[in-house]
Parts: sequence; structure tokens; C-alpha cells
Amino acid sequence: MDGLQVPLDHVLFLAAALFSCGMMGLMLRRNIIFMLMSLEVMLNSAALAFVAAGAAWGQADGQIIFLLILSVAAAEVAIGLSLVLQIQRRFRTLDMDQANRLRG
Amino acid sequence: MASIWLIPFLPLLSAALLLLSMGRMPRSLAALMGAGSVGLAAVCVALTARSFPGGGDAQELTLWTWMAVGDFVPRIAFYVDGLTLVMMSVITGVGFLIHLYSIEFMWEDESFCRYFAYMNLFVASMLLLVMADNLLLLYMGWEGVGLCSYLLIGFWYRDPANGQAARKAFVVTRVGDAAMALGLLLLFTELGTLEIQPMMAAAREQWPVGANLPVLATVLLLGGAVGKSAQLPLHTWLPDAMAGPTPVSALIHAATMVTAGVYLIARTSGLFLLAPATLEAVAWIGLLTLLLAAFTALVQTDIKRILAYSTISQIGYMFLALGVSAFASGIFHLMTHAFFKALLFLAAGAVIHCLHHEHDIFRMGGLRTRLPVVFWSFVIGAAALAALPLTSGFYSKDAILLSAWEMPGIGPWLWAGGLLGALLTGIYSFRLVFVVFFGEARTEPDRRPGWKIALPLAVLCALSVVGGWFALPLAQIFPARGHAGVPHAVEYASMATPLLGLFIAWLLFLRRRIDPARFVASPAGQSLRDFWFRGWRIDSLYDALLVGPFKALTHWWRNEPVDAFYNGLVALSRWGHRGLNALQNGELRWYATGTAFALLLLLAVMLRNAP
Repeated sequence: MDGLQVPLDHVLFLAAALFSCGMMGLMLRRNIIFMLMSLEVMLNSAALAFVAAGAAWGQADGQIIFLLILSVAAAEVAIGLSLVLQIQRRFRTLDMDQANRLRG
Repeated sequence: MASIWLIPFLPLLSAALLLLSMGRMPRSLAALMGAGSVGLAAVCVALTARSFPGGGDAQELTLWTWMAVGDFVPRIAFYVDGLTLVMMSVITGVGFLIHLYSIEFMWEDESFCRYFAYMNLFVASMLLLVMADNLLLLYMGWEGVGLCSYLLIGFWYRDPANGQAARKAFVVTRVGDAAMALGLLLLFTELGTLEIQPMMAAAREQWPVGANLPVLATVLLLGGAVGKSAQLPLHTWLPDAMAGPTPVSALIHAATMVTAGVYLIARTSGLFLLAPATLEAVAWIGLLTLLLAAFTALVQTDIKRILAYSTISQIGYMFLALGVSAFASGIFHLMTHAFFKALLFLAAGAVIHCLHHEHDIFRMGGLRTRLPVVFWSFVIGAAALAALPLTSGFYSKDAILLSAWEMPGIGPWLWAGGLLGALLTGIYSFRLVFVVFFGEARTEPDRRPGWKIALPLAVLCALSVVGGWFALPLAQIFPARGHAGVPHAVEYASMATPLLGLFIAWLLFLRRRIDPARFVASPAGQSLRDFWFRGWRIDSLYDALLVGPFKALTHWWRNEPVDAFYNGLVALSRWGHRGLNALQNGELRWYATGTAFALLLLLAVMLRNAP
């Protein structure tokens, strides 16, 4: 393949940047929906790293793991959104700092 | 006759049934069982006594082997000879009368069933004590009567003072019992058996008279006897034991249990004869106790405490008799004392019963015409206690004093001390009679004693008078003694002293020729009276020497160093708990942040350690 080659380093940098963005969002946002979205970003950044690494070494494993992450993310969103609905019903808010009753 | 096992079994069965009924048994049935079982036991004793022509051979009955541990095979076995028979007659006979009396005395008490259960258990334990053929079984009965004494002193347990008195009795007698247990262990290791008759035979073979071992063993046994019989220095529990119901004081703390020490020494007289030093100590203990208690009884104001101190004093006479090897006289005095002291206690109980639980003799008075039955009982009891001629107490006390005189060396001293005690006994017993029954009335009786109280009083009156003429079947157990060598002057003095005591009491408390109140008002009289009133301050001495330091020690030891370590562990885990608790704050974002930073840390460590 002689097309436009993106160096592996760049892709990994992008993945790291996305991961950091997701993590910052997870830690800083209070709205549960934004927290779930940040989680999606983190999952996808990991998936991107896998795909890029698979392509760089010419192995299919990276793509297989990408499919796995995709299904995990789908399942996680399904559970996460149903939890969001329940939280909204019970607490009348999506602010996770308000839903802190489970503490020691 | 093989039915002697019935004698302790009947009261035991009754006690078990009464206890198992949990107080739901009707009063009349409980009374019937409680008094009836002891009455039946008395009938059994009488039947057993019939088969003893002239105090013949001892009866033995082995029920079963208690346990078998190597050479140590104690049996549940009874040994009945003349001495046991005398004790059994006193326990069941006087016991039955007191049970009968209790029916009326305790009728209105809410714990009627419990009372009779404990009383029957006591009678069963006491019978076990005197019938046991080995010292271990005797010890079981010994502890059984101690337990019943504790339970009955604290019978009205809702008043903390009664519980205190019960605990005091239990703890003080336990001191003696510990010594006695050591004595039993010593006897077993040295002689290889605890069965009383073989043991004494072995002791006679192995030990010369006056050797160290018999002295040690008998001193340990004496410790038990001193504790149970309330002699110096372990006598302090008996006056407080008067917290129990009055019939209990009559049965346990006058007639039977407190004389168990006398019985023990008489039963093991073979051992004590090998240790003349211990016997002399027994005599001195008896003499000191009888004098000390008699002086204390002179100034008491509580009718039951006067009788309690007089009991201590009379048991002192018994110890004096044992100490001069006049064992038969000691047992004789035990029996007559059981009659007249039970009579006095029951009469005092009747007074208390009829006077709204009044105990202070100076708030009684003039009861002679109001309670004539009780008055005559009291007069006869006091006469026997003071040993006026022709009463039962006269014969037994006279025998003791003459035996004391015959003791070589110290005899006249013991006799003189005993005579002084007899004088004091005359004074304090008739002080009681004159103050309570003569003079003007201060409290009106609100009821008259019924037949269940009057009948036991009448029977005990008769026994107190004629008890001195009973011939006890003790001739084969203890060598008979005549008093041939005693000068007549000594005999006359012994006879006249109680009369002198009566005369002095009459002067002081009835004619009031010399007013004792004036003497007590003076400073010296005040302090002397106070000193005697508190029982020579022995209780305060023990409080200062033993109870106080013990309490201080426990108070100090409450913050003990061993606990400090564990308390530190507790504080540490509490602190850790608080710290870790703060981490689980329910904030989801904190958890996420924590996880992220932990992962970062792990990553850093891994990278650093990577090759």
C-alpha cells in the first residue's frame, strides 16, 4: 500500500489525546449523560490505538479487539442509559453529585 | 435396716418437687410437702433409733460408687452410729418443729414455695453431712448447707442489705472451707483414703501423737470448722446472717448448720487426739469466742443479734468442750443448745411476727400479759441458755465447765473464763427477758400466734427442760469421763454463777437499782458500749485490713495494663475505620478520579521497572 501513510506515532498521540479528553470529561462533568459520553470517547480512543497498532504490524488482532470494544461499548450504553432513566426518575436530577446516598 | 437412705432422700425429693413447681404449687400443698417430708424423715430417724439397742454397732449402707479414679474410689455411703443418730434426731426433730412453725410465719410471703424448697434442701444437705461415711461426701453436704444458708439469708433479696449479708456469710465461710479442702487433700495424700473410720485407724498407726502432720491436717480441718461454726476469727458473718427469716435463723444459724464444725471435730476426734496442740488451740478459740460474743451480746439492741451473739458464745462452749477432749459433753451441749436456742429464736420470731416486724428490744416491753405463750417460752429458753439449775442447759454446760477444770495445766484458767462467760450469759439472757416482757408496753401486738406457732414452742419448751436427762448413745464412740477429782467448791460455783447473773440482770434491768443508762452516758461507758456494740470492732478491722485494700486493688486494676494494650488496638481500628470511612463518600466522580490516578501510578511503577 503506497497511499497516504499516517505514522503510527501520530495516531497514538491522537488516541492519547482523545483518552485524556475523555478522562477529563469523566472527572469534571457532573451530568451523568456527559459522563457516559466521555466514557465512549475513552473507549473509542483505546479502539483507535488497537486498530492503528494492528495496521502497523499487519495483524488482524487489532481489528478483532476493535469489534470487541464496539460491542462492549454498545452493551455499556444500553445499561448506562437505562440507569440514567432510573436516576432521573428517582432523584429528579442528572447531577451525580446529588446522587451520593451510597456512602459509608 | 436399709431404709436410712430414705432419711435424706425425702426432704431432697420434696425440695426438687417444690423447686420444679416454680412457685405455682398451692400454699397448703407446699406446706404439707415441706413440713411433711421432714416429719417423715423424723419418723424414719426414730425407727432407726429403735434398732440401736444401747448404742450398738454402727450401721453402714453403701448406695453406689460415686466415682473411681485410680485408688480414689469415694462412695455414696452412709455411716450411722450414736453420734450421727444424735445429730439426725436434732436435725429432723427440731427441723420438723421449725418447718411447722414456718407454715404460719411465712404464710403471707409471696415466695412461700421457694422458702420451703430451700429449707428442705438444707435439711437434706445437713443430713448428708452428718450421715456421710467419707469426708468427700461430708464436704458435699458441707457446701450444700453453705449454699442453702446463702440462699436463705438473702431470701428477701429485694433489699440489697440482705444480699450483702448473704454474700458476706458465703465469702467468710468460704475462707474456712478452702482450708478444709486443703486438709482433705492432705489427708488423702498421706493416708490414702477419705473414709472416716479407716482413715482414723490408719492415722493412729502411721502418726505418733504430737507429730507435725496430724497437727497440720487438724489445723486445716479446724479452719473449716471455725468458718462454719462462726468462731474467732471467722465469726463476723453470723450476726449479719440474721437478715434472713427468723425460722431460718432458728434452724440454720442456731440449731444445726453452725454446729457442723463441732460435729466435724467430734467425728474426726481420732485425728484431733493425735494433735494435742490443735486441741489446745480449739479450747482457746472457744474460750475467747465465748467471752467476746458474750460481752457483745450484753449491749446489742436488736433481739435477733443478741441471740446471734449468744449462739456464737454457746458454740464457743462446745469448742471449749472439744478442746479439753470432752467430746461427749460438747455434743450434749450441741443438742441442748439446739433445743433452747431454736426455742428462743422461734419465740423471738413470734414477737417480731406479732409486733409488725419490730426488732429493737427497747421498743418492745410489757409483752408478759399480752403474749403469755411466747413469754413462758422465752423464760424457759432464757433459763436454759443461762444454765439455771434443773434446765437442760445446766447439765450440759456444767459438764463442760467441770471437764475444763480437769484439763491439766491450763484447766483452771479455762474454767474461770467459762464461768465468767456463764455469768455474762445469765445477765444478757435475762436482760432480754426483762426488757422485752416487763415494764410498760411500747408497741401493741396486732395479732396472736396460732397453734402452728404455739405447738412447736410448747414442744421445744418441754425439750429445753427435760433435754438434760437424755442419755446419748455416745459411750462407745468417746471414752466416758467422770468428774471425781473435781472439788465441790468448783461444782457449787458453776451452779451458782448463772443465778448470780440472773440477780444482776434483775437489779439492772427490772428493779433498776443501778441504772445502766447512767453508766452508758459517761464518756468511758459510751466508748466501751460502742466498742462492744460493734463486736469489738472486728468488722471494722477486717474492713480496714482486707476489704478496703481489696477494693482499692480492684479499683486500680480496673485500668489494668493488659487491658490498656487491647484498648489501644480498639482505638487504632476505630481510627482506621474513620479514615477509610471518609473515602467511601458516595461521590461517583471521586471514585473515577481515584481509579484514574491509581492506574496512572501503577503505569508509572510498571514503566519504571520495565527493563
